[in-house]
Amino acid sequence: MEIILAIILGIAFGFALDRAQANNPQKIINMLRLKDFHLMKVILFAIGFSSLFLFILLALNIIDTGHLTVKPLYSGVIIGGAILGIGFAIGGYCPGTGVVAAARGRKDALVFILGGLAGAFVYMLIFGSIQESALFNKIAGGAVSIAETNPEKFSALIDNVPALIIAGPIAVLFMGIAFLLPGVKEEA
Amino acid sequence: MNEKFSWLTGGIMLGAVFLVAVWLIKPVGVSTQFVIVDGIVWNILSPELITESDGVNQSYSSTNAYLNKGGGKYASNVINPLNYGFIFVLSMVLGAVLSGILSKNKISKNDKFSPKVWRDKFGTSSLKRYIYVFVAGFLVLFGARLAGGCTSGHMMSGMMQTSLSGFLFAAGAFGTAIPISILLFKSKKQ
Repeated sequence: MEIILAIILGIAFGFALDRAQANNPQKIINMLRLKDFHLMKVILFAIGFSSLFLFILLALNIIDTGHLTVKPLYSGVIIGGAILGIGFAIGGYCPGTGVVAAARGRKDALVFILGGLAGAFVYMLIFGSIQESALFNKIAGGAVSIAETNPEKFSALIDNVPALIIAGPIAVLFMGIAFLLPGVKEEA
Repeated sequence: MNEKFSWLTGGIMLGAVFLVAVWLIKPVGVSTQFVIVDGIVWNILSPELITESDGVNQSYSSTNAYLNKGGGKYASNVINPLNYGFIFVLSMVLGAVLSGILSKNKISKNDKFSPKVWRDKFGTSSLKRYIYVFVAGFLVLFGARLAGGCTSGHMMSGMMQTSLSGFLFAAGAFGTAIPISILLFKSKKQ
């Protein structure tokens, strides 16, 4: 059953990324240069929209909190993000959109994936020697979210208020920013 | 009907995928699968990389610390790649191919080697683009593995759950990506 869902969701995700032009490095780079906000609007709205419904469905006990995964926070998260950002700026691809761009026949995306496999491989090789380092020291208790998600597994910054009251306005803010950012005229 | 999604349709579609994924299974992630592919190739070249364990605490263990971490979770997935995360990424390829087949918008020959914003600044040499984009891929996946996730897993899925790690990952990523791309692709005319 999980496999069938993986196929359906994967196809939907690949299709949507392509149609939203998230796999077009021109669009990514011009988003990062703050010249074309189309993808920023897409990303912000997607986060806000999914977050709002996630916390509504959690409040209604429709979604099992066991499905949530709040990833731990350590200094490597920020440093790793910053390293990723350099490559993101040069290439105009991230892991998911690179795969989806290569699928559409973009040759540079294929090379990006090869570079990615090399980068992941080098990380595998050095992990043993950095795993005890300060890079992995937890920040703010590690797996922590702003609104409460699953108190048995993860901590929350604000745990005495119903989660929807915290997460709802954040989600609406994201969607609001998506609406307010300037759009682009349809390219001819 | 316009084939390309408006930002609103795109946002709703992607948001729906992230929501349904966490509703039915677990949050979406992509970058882990690069490790699994590496592990599969590595294990073919040197089969002693991953060995079967006692099965009490973990089913497979590896001489590589990264594959062995978390009870050999990655090692198990290298041996049995037909699991949710791996099939999901393979299916993304299928989804994009499907979108391409159904689309009248073809990617131009030039665009298949590099985007226009790149050609305007760095010229049409595909070799030059390949060298840079290989380094870009290296940095992106190295960074994603250090961070423990990428744009899908950390940023989209993370921020959806209001994970602090998702917000700080995004701050780190855009903190370098925005200034570097502004400087790197600054047009010559100005």
